[in-house]
Amino acid sequence: MMTDTGRQEYARLTEKRALFITALIVILIALAGVAVTLGSADLSVADSYLAIFAGLFPDAVDLPDRMVESNAVGIIWGWRLHRVLFAVVAGFGLAIAGSVMQGVLRNPLASPFTLGIASAASCGASIAIILGAGVLSGSLLVIGNAFLFAMLAAAAIYGMARLRGMGSETMILAGIALMYLFSAVTSLLQYLGTAAKVQEVVFWMFGSLDKSSWPKLGIVTVVVAAVVPLLLWRAWDLNALAEGDETAASLGVPVERSMAGFMLAASLVTAVIICFTGTIGFIGLVAPHITRMVIGTDHRTLIPASGLVGAVLLLGADCLARTLIPGAIIPVGIMTAFLGIPFFLYLFMRRRDA
Amino acid sequence: MPLLCARGVSFAYRDRRVLEDVSFTLDAGEVLGLVGPNGSGKTTLIRCLDRILEPEGDIRLDGRSMRSMSRPEIARMIAYVPQNSGAAGSSTVFETVLMGRRPHLRWSVSEEDKQKVSEALSLLGISEFASRRTDRLSGGERQRVLVARAIAQDARVLLLDEPTSALDMRNRIEVMSLLARLAEERGLAVVAAIHDLNLAARYCHRLLILKDGRVLGRGTPSSLLTRGMVRAAYGIEAVVKDEMGVPYVVPLRPSDNDNLVEIV
Repeated sequence: MMTDTGRQEYARLTEKRALFITALIVILIALAGVAVTLGSADLSVADSYLAIFAGLFPDAVDLPDRMVESNAVGIIWGWRLHRVLFAVVAGFGLAIAGSVMQGVLRNPLASPFTLGIASAASCGASIAIILGAGVLSGSLLVIGNAFLFAMLAAAAIYGMARLRGMGSETMILAGIALMYLFSAVTSLLQYLGTAAKVQEVVFWMFGSLDKSSWPKLGIVTVVVAAVVPLLLWRAWDLNALAEGDETAASLGVPVERSMAGFMLAASLVTAVIICFTGTIGFIGLVAPHITRMVIGTDHRTLIPASGLVGAVLLLGADCLARTLIPGAIIPVGIMTAFLGIPFFLYLFMRRRDA
Repeated sequence: MPLLCARGVSFAYRDRRVLEDVSFTLDAGEVLGLVGPNGSGKTTLIRCLDRILEPEGDIRLDGRSMRSMSRPEIARMIAYVPQNSGAAGSSTVFETVLMGRRPHLRWSVSEEDKQKVSEALSLLGISEFASRRTDRLSGGERQRVLVARAIAQDARVLLLDEPTSALDMRNRIEVMSLLARLAEERGLAVVAAIHDLNLAARYCHRLLILKDGRVLGRGTPSSLLTRGMVRAAYGIEAVVKDEMGVPYVVPLRPSDNDNLVEIV
């Protein structure tokens, strides 16, 4: 009997995928381990870990006096740990949102940003900062507005997806139109606002993890943890949709309904992340691409793997952002753009070659 | 009872009527060729049969009205090969064909699924590029991948929209004879839209000629393919020869009442 190379290759591909995911988990853990030791406070690596354990088991760890004096436990638990975990969860969430949108729309340039969700969030935040108007008050004013506007953009995209016969190109064009619309409103507000407020808006739009906290981490984690199993469960639908609407329908996928559901899930994840962080670009665009190049397009592995790539990228970018200029923290959104833009260009070059 | 039965199928894109009162039946083991000029409604009919479009009229699958069936249920019964192939994704040929198993598999891929994929690949003679990326294939190779995917779907009805348009002479007859053989061996009902009348005549048990969305004629190739029918359907004069019991159409020139440029 002839050897079945197709099945052998498929088995090899499956192995490669498992290996890639395992490697990413190891890298992520190692990187997180390094990230908690980085910061402006003068804590050694050993002290950082001692402080983590001291926070977990206050009775079991006997802290040396210098660490009690320097409030090491407070620094690690109050500043660093949730920031590191937030980078992991946010990177994961933005990347899976990107891979879902690229899959559904069959377009490598689709992402929460090209579809206008991020600029809608910026617009909402600007309204809160400059006009002081919003649905929630106090410290939640900006967050509430950013979330609401992001979901508004998502609802518009959802509505378009439910329209029968709405092709993916049309949806992308509509998303880009939304992006310009919200950007125009934001620019108008900046034009009208005072210098201090405008500065605040600009800083919000940079995107940073400075404002992370345990409650925010909790909210984002709950949403991401709820959405990921759903996406994995419907991963075959994504695979089928990537082959085209007609093919997906003939393979038993309720096309309009699942497209809309996927877009809604991806938008929700994006909205809940960027309302806390501001615009963190390129993770959602770049992470799925890198992953697809390495392990191919089966969404059963593409989703978790690109999530992990996103987590590694965002955490890595944040580490760089915190250490590149001593004493200053560059907003992580700027760092991800620095990583993202050369990659974007590389993609264009490759496409021209092909 | 016929496996596939369409009665009074009509469809309009907004206010443009594309199909008007199309009826036919198809038994297990039969290959039905859909022929007719461009824009006669062949693709629309195939889409209606897979309920990608919702037509008026009644379509029954194994006696059951398709309206009462869910999408996954239909997908287990009907496989569809679209004309302008999707399958331009970057997945491998093996994975593209594996997609045909989607209506059957839960989440993980079983040995049986992989077996069916391997079998479909070897039936189409494309085993050797199973691990190549689908978007790096030639048009003809990709077309065979799509047929393989439909076969891996293990459905009782195969709908194919011009499955041979990008194939060379040899692959055309190989794919068509494969379809005829599968229909016979596995009791499938096959509907294929085909432009090449002679290919259709040779491999289809029956033909349905569409023109302007209506049925112009139906029957066996030898009863249907006459000079008059070719003139009525395509507006050209032709000689219809007999090649060992199979009609063979040689087009000559446009009919006199038509202003087409003369075919040499």
